[in-house]
Amino acid sequence: MKDRIEKRLELKAPPARVWRALTDHREFGTWFRVKLDGPFVPGQPAEGQITHPGYEHVRWKAVVQKMEPERLFSFTWHPYAIDPAVDYSAETPTLVEFRLEPIADGTLLVLTESGFDRVPAGRRAEAFRMNDGGWSAQMQNITDHVTQRG
Amino acid sequence: MSRSAVEGGVALRRHHAAVFSALGDETRLALVAALAAGAPRSIAQLTGGSRITRQAITKHLRVLESVGVVRSARRGRHSLFELDPAPLTEMQEYLGRVAEQWDQVLGRLKSLVES
Repeated sequence: MKDRIEKRLELKAPPARVWRALTDHREFGTWFRVKLDGPFVPGQPAEGQITHPGYEHVRWKAVVQKMEPERLFSFTWHPYAIDPAVDYSAETPTLVEFRLEPIADGTLLVLTESGFDRVPAGRRAEAFRMNDGGWSAQMQNITDHVTQRG
Repeated sequence: MSRSAVEGGVALRRHHAAVFSALGDETRLALVAALAAGAPRSIAQLTGGSRITRQAITKHLRVLESVGVVRSARRGRHSLFELDPAPLTEMQEYLGRVAEQWDQVLGRLKSLVES
């Protein structure tokens, strides 16, 4: 088990096209289902209204981190932050990163979302490297343990 | 994503952050690994072979207990500690749901740029 999510996706479109879809706030809105108030600016908050059916009453909030053209777009946010009555700002956000790499017939897009544990990255990496087998082996131990009990 | 899954996620998220955080420590992760072997163990058994004091181990066990990963029961003069894997399984399910949402979002991105 890991405390981060990683998705790799091969897109049949050049990095320039993917970059525009990621960082043009109107294009971003069409696939992310959010109507943003304005363009993305590194270091600045981005806000908008969610357009996903059933969640139109919810505000979408993120803080843009990095915009390295055709290479990296990242922002921090609170996943599942959909209750208007809750103030999520006190919680440590997760980091979402979109990395682009040109490949033969298009673009390799690698998405990661990390920081689910609020622990400084260095210490976390150390903890998750523990033992040769690492964390996945521990998870296997735990799974075996549960199975034996069942 | 279903509405209930998302709403459930809000409440669970906070707990998950606490569980992840509790596990983000080498000693505690080692304790979880030791307890994952199965049998309930005493503090003395868990301290054996390590350089860490009983007191420190007890403190780490209490942290794990506070997030529900470990539970203890008194057996005579000793407390025995055992693993409760439920929060770990829940966490994995939570990450699974967030990952599933990304699949849907990225699917829409793919359609857009490839059209």
